[in-house]
Formats: sequence, structure tokens, C-alpha cells
Amino acid sequence: MNKILLIIKREYLSRVKKKSFILMTILGPILMVGIMVVPIWLSMQKTEKQKVEVIDESYLFTDLIPEKDIVHFDYPPTTFQKAYDGFFDTDYDAILWIPKNVLNGGQKGINLYYKKQLSNSAQQHIQYSISKMLYEVMLAKNNVNLNLIKDAKDKSTFSMLTTQVDESGKKKNTNTDLYMAIGFVSAIMIYFFIFMYGVQVMRGVMEEKTSRIVEVILSSVKPFQLMMGKIVGVALVGLTQFLLWVILSTTLYSFVAATFLKDVEMKQIQAKEEVIKIGENLDFDKMGKIEQPSEAVQFLNDLKSLDVSKIVLCFIFYFLVGYLMYSALFAAVGAAVDSDADTNQFMLPITIPLIFSIAIAQVVMQDPNGSLAVWFSMIPLTSPIVMMVRMPFDVPNWQIGLSMLFLVLGFFLTTWLAGKIYRTGILMYGKKVSWKELGKWLFYRG
Amino acid sequence: MNILSAKNIVKRYASHTALDDVSLDIPAQSIFGLLGPNGAGKTSLIRIINQITGPDSGEVFFENEKLAQKHIEQIGYLPEERGLYKKMEVGEQALYLAQLKGMKKAEAKKKLKYWFEKFEIDAWWNKKVEELSKGMQQKVQFIVTVLHEPKLLILDEPFSGFDPINANLIKNEILDLKKKGSTILFSTHNMGSVEELCDNIALINRSKKIVDGSVKDIRKENKSNIIEIEFSGNMMGFTNSLWTFGKLGEHSIDGDVTKAQIQLTPGSTSNQLLSSVLPVVEIHSFKEVVPSMNDIFIKKVSEGNAVGTQSNFTE
Repeated sequence: MNKILLIIKREYLSRVKKKSFILMTILGPILMVGIMVVPIWLSMQKTEKQKVEVIDESYLFTDLIPEKDIVHFDYPPTTFQKAYDGFFDTDYDAILWIPKNVLNGGQKGINLYYKKQLSNSAQQHIQYSISKMLYEVMLAKNNVNLNLIKDAKDKSTFSMLTTQVDESGKKKNTNTDLYMAIGFVSAIMIYFFIFMYGVQVMRGVMEEKTSRIVEVILSSVKPFQLMMGKIVGVALVGLTQFLLWVILSTTLYSFVAATFLKDVEMKQIQAKEEVIKIGENLDFDKMGKIEQPSEAVQFLNDLKSLDVSKIVLCFIFYFLVGYLMYSALFAAVGAAVDSDADTNQFMLPITIPLIFSIAIAQVVMQDPNGSLAVWFSMIPLTSPIVMMVRMPFDVPNWQIGLSMLFLVLGFFLTTWLAGKIYRTGILMYGKKVSWKELGKWLFYRG
Repeated sequence: MNILSAKNIVKRYASHTALDDVSLDIPAQSIFGLLGPNGAGKTSLIRIINQITGPDSGEVFFENEKLAQKHIEQIGYLPEERGLYKKMEVGEQALYLAQLKGMKKAEAKKKLKYWFEKFEIDAWWNKKVEELSKGMQQKVQFIVTVLHEPKLLILDEPFSGFDPINANLIKNEILDLKKKGSTILFSTHNMGSVEELCDNIALINRSKKIVDGSVKDIRKENKSNIIEIEFSGNMMGFTNSLWTFGKLGEHSIDGDVTKAQIQLTPGSTSNQLLSSVLPVVEIHSFKEVVPSMNDIFIKKVSEGNAVGTQSNFTE
């Protein structure tokens, strides 16, 4: 047992001390925070307002289009032709032309001429504002009480609540989108962890085999100890990196946010509003209906509707046992081959169930309790990923229990098989191994 | 007392038998040579003694106890195909391997210091293995093998990869370790070193042990009863004087000195031969031709192969 600890320690330290590990650990969070911060920062830098010359032949909008921090409107008393001819003598970025008959189907003639492309959000802003004003003008022209409309709209707009009821009479609000996101993200994380670190185990085994140190080590420890020591050591490396990423990313982000992006949050909210507006722009029934503050509350409520601790515990279980099972197989492959080039034929059967589980994740999300979802969340090779996709959708406990039992059994079975292959393969040199040969190894005596 | 006894070891792989009913006794505090051509089964036997693999049948005893996991710490093993973690630092790696053999870290460190100084590689403690020359890596590996002062040292071709100076250094260390009480099991093709170092040998060919015993006895058993005589004098008279004691074999004349090999006839002794030729010619040298281990090795292996060929077809 003591020797396994020694092996784990070596496997762990030798990897953690590597330059590539340190580099990845530092670069990872920088990259992640960069992806989050840089676009916001860039948008902040663009303080220069774009100037638009409005030629409003209908006189409906003169001086009325709302100003914005990114776009400024001028309404010079001139004709379109003049403005157009003199466009390049002015410092306007664009001319917005609104035809006279805009109320009688002329709105389709509204045209923005530009010499410098307006930002997407400026264009959206113009389109949205004019559309809204036109709508209101038209209603007002027909003596429709705008307040009445607004009131009716407010009172008729809703998003449907979904509530799950269980036998004991407990009620629960659900949010399918959130569930899908949680399920999919945890499944993807398991997928990457198994792949990245499984391959590291395989390479480690190959290194020991090709450098021939394995014979010296096996005169001190049992092959199974060496294999398990490596698998556990690499798992700890993965967990360390994962944890460091989470910690470093959060620290870095809050630091960057505090120093450089003080007023970004306000802007972010504004930007969000805008996005929502744009989305609703196409649907006039929803116009003006923005419930910004309640969204965060809603999110928390939705999160509360989940049994978070159960999901986290299950995630850790499937994450670890799934990795252990697969990495034993990866170790067996590493032991069976002499060079990288030979790994492919044995890698394929290991990677197929992994890729397959990710491929059917979409289907599982659509029908989390369908027979496909249930079956593949029971089979050990696919269950770590498929079950995590299902997990937020209230999987019956007996199914989780059974799936975990199968996974543990699968883990023992694959580790036992992998151990047999490993033991023979690790000392076998210069032989191109076939599947038939591998089969024979299972029956050799230690 | 035997430090190690292997009894009727059989090891089979799918398509062939690596060891077929091999028994060995290795006396304590001796150097035991395990000889045999490539593929004879030496490595399989060594792996079984190291408990890297197990035999299909037969048993191994270490100091009269059945070989078990706890004996690992009493055995040091230097495989023929050597290797270290290339990216790991030398000192760290040596410490790791010593701890795997059950040594305490502090103790291992102290002993490593001693050996590193002795082999003049202490400046390389913090270097990565890949920066070392092959000879230096071999030294590190040798140190790691003997560091925990095992009762039984298993050295597979210990001199390969060393230059003559370092090979000599290693040879002296081996003799020194024997003096201090270690037993050395040593597998080699280098017959010169066998004659020089080994007390006992076993010769394995085609999965079977074909010869074993002390080097002295084996050479005696295999002696050819050929006497080589250098003399000056009348060749005719010399031949006549042989009588019935011997038969003239190869001979060459260089000036007035003749060198002749005489095959003793069964029942005759070298003394009888000497006294019969003594009055006739002037003797310069008179010695028995003793076969080298190399000759014995080649003779035994080719004899074995001649017999073995037939049975091979039935496999």
C-alpha cells in the first residue's frame, strides 16, 4: 500500500512540476477571463459616437429619434439630394433617409446610406426606434388610446410556468433550458476529462515500457500497483488543474473586473436590455415588456428547484468512476503497443462509446426519460455521460442506483481485464500485437 | 546453505515453453553464472525469481522459505535492457527507486551520497537523466540495484555498455559485494568474465538446464585428456617413446622446437607419458589442455541443438 502511495506521488509530482502543466494552468484562466473580458473592454473603448444625418421628409421623426451613447442624430434642413451630393464633404458617417409616405407603406423605403458601416447595435437601435414610433403614430392617428394598448399588452403577456408535481403533493417549478445546460455542460466536462487524462495515462505507460524502466520497477512492485498508482496519480493531476483553473479564473476575473471594468456591469445590463429589445423587436406584441430585475431572481428560483447537492454528488461519482474505468483501458492499450502509431487500432473501441454518448446527448435532452436515454444511462461505458445529461430532469433514484452499481461493476471488470493485458503487454517487446493475441493474454497466469 | 533454490520450474507461453522443468541451487555468498544462448529462457527464469511473473508449476525458495512478496527487498535486479525515466532528475529518481525497494528516504539519501561520490557522479544529482551519457546512466542504474544491500543480486549482462575502465570498476564492486556477504546471480554471454568471477554456473539451452555445477568441476569433467608438449630433439624418437600412453595429434615444428598435442589413451596418466618421453627429448613445457568455458558452452549447446532439432518439429 505504501508503495502505491509512492507511485502516486511520483506520477503526480512529475506531472505537476512539468513546464507544460504550469503553463497550461496559468494560461487557461487568462484565456478564459480574456474571452469574457476582452469583448466588453473593446466595446468600452469605442467611445467615438457615430454621426447620422437624418433627412426626414415625413417630418414625423424630426428631433425625436432617441439619442444613444454610440450614435448621434442631426436633422439639418436640407433635401436628400443635397445631403447625398455633399455626403463626402461632411463628417457624417451615414445618411438616414425617411420618405414622405412612410405612413402609407413607405416604411420599406427607409434607407441608410453610409460611408462607414454603423455598428450593429446602432443599426438595430435606429430600426427599433423608428418602428416603434411608427407603430404608435399610426395608432394615435386612428384615435386609439395608447395607454389602453399598453395596459392590455402588459396584462396579456406572460411566459408559461411549468410545475412538476410529485406523489407527495410537493410542487416544483422547472426550467427546461437551464436543466439542459447543466446536464450538457457536466457531460462535456466528463468527456474531456476522460479523454485528456486517459490519454496521459496511456502515454505514461508507453513511456515506462519503451524506456524499459518498467522491468526495474516491477521487481519492486506488482504490475497492478504500478497501473493503479499511475491512474490515481494522473486523476489527482487532473483534479488539481481543474481546481486551480476554477480558483484562478474567479480571482483573476474579480480582479480584472474591479480594476478595469468598474462601470462595465452597468453597460452589460444595458447591452442585455438591448439584446432583449432586439429580440422582441420582431414581435410587436411583446414590445416594451422587459422584466430585467426579475430574471436573476427567476434564475435562482429555477436553480433552487433542482436538487443541487444530489447533482453535484452524482457528477463527482460519474466523473471519477468513469475516468477510472476508461483510464484502466487506456493503460492496457499503452501496455500492449510499442509505439504511438500502433495505438490507433486499440484506441478506436475505447473512443467510440465516448463519442457516441456525446452524439446522443441531444436526443437524451429532448426525451430524458425515453428508452434510449434510460438504456444508455445503464450501460457502464456510456452511463457517465448519458446519466449526467439526464440528471437535472429528475431521474428516479432506483435508476441512478442501478446505473451506479453497473458502473462500479464495469469498473471492476475493465480494471481486471486491463490489469491482465497490462501485466503481459508491459514486458512484451518488438511484437505487433493483434486482438487475438490480446485475448490470449487474458488467460496467462501471473 | 542455498540462498535460492528453484525446483522444477515450468513456464509456458501460448506458443512455446520458456522453461521446462528447470531446477537450480544457488549457494549463499557465491557468484553464480546463468549461461545460455539468446532465447534459452534465462530472462524468464530471472523474472520468476524477481516475482515479475509466476511459474506455471514448480516452486522457488529464498533462504528455505517459499518466495514471497516480502523477499523483494532482499533482491536487487539489474535487467539487461536498462532504462530510467528520462525526464526525471537523477537523485530524485534514485531515491524513488530505493524507496520502492522499501528503504527509508533519509537512509537512502545517505547511502546514495556515498555511492555517487564513489562513482564520481555526485555532480549530476540534479541533472535530468537524458543529459547523462550512457555510461553514467549505467552507473546510476548499478547503484540503484545494490543500494539497499540485497542478499541476492541479479545482474543481467552487467558489463554491457561500460567501457573497459568502468567495467573493471563494476567487476571490483561485484567482488567486493561478494566479500561483504552478497550472493550474485549473473547472466552473461561473456565467457571470460564467467571464468574469472563465477564459482558456479548453470547452462540453459532450449528451455532446459543442460549443465550445472562449480566452474572447476565442470572444466574437469569436460577435460579432453590432451597434453601439449614443447620439446627439442628427435621427432621420430619422440613418437616411438609415446608407447601406448598417448597418440600424437596436431604438431608443428618451429626451428628446433616442436609443439605437439598428445591425446592420452584411456587409463594412462600424464605422469606415465612424461616419464616415457623424458629420456628421449628435451622438454620445454608440459601442460594439460583444459577447455575454456567458451569451448564447453559451444560444445554443449551444439550437442543439445543436434538432439533438440527433432523434437522441435513436433511442436
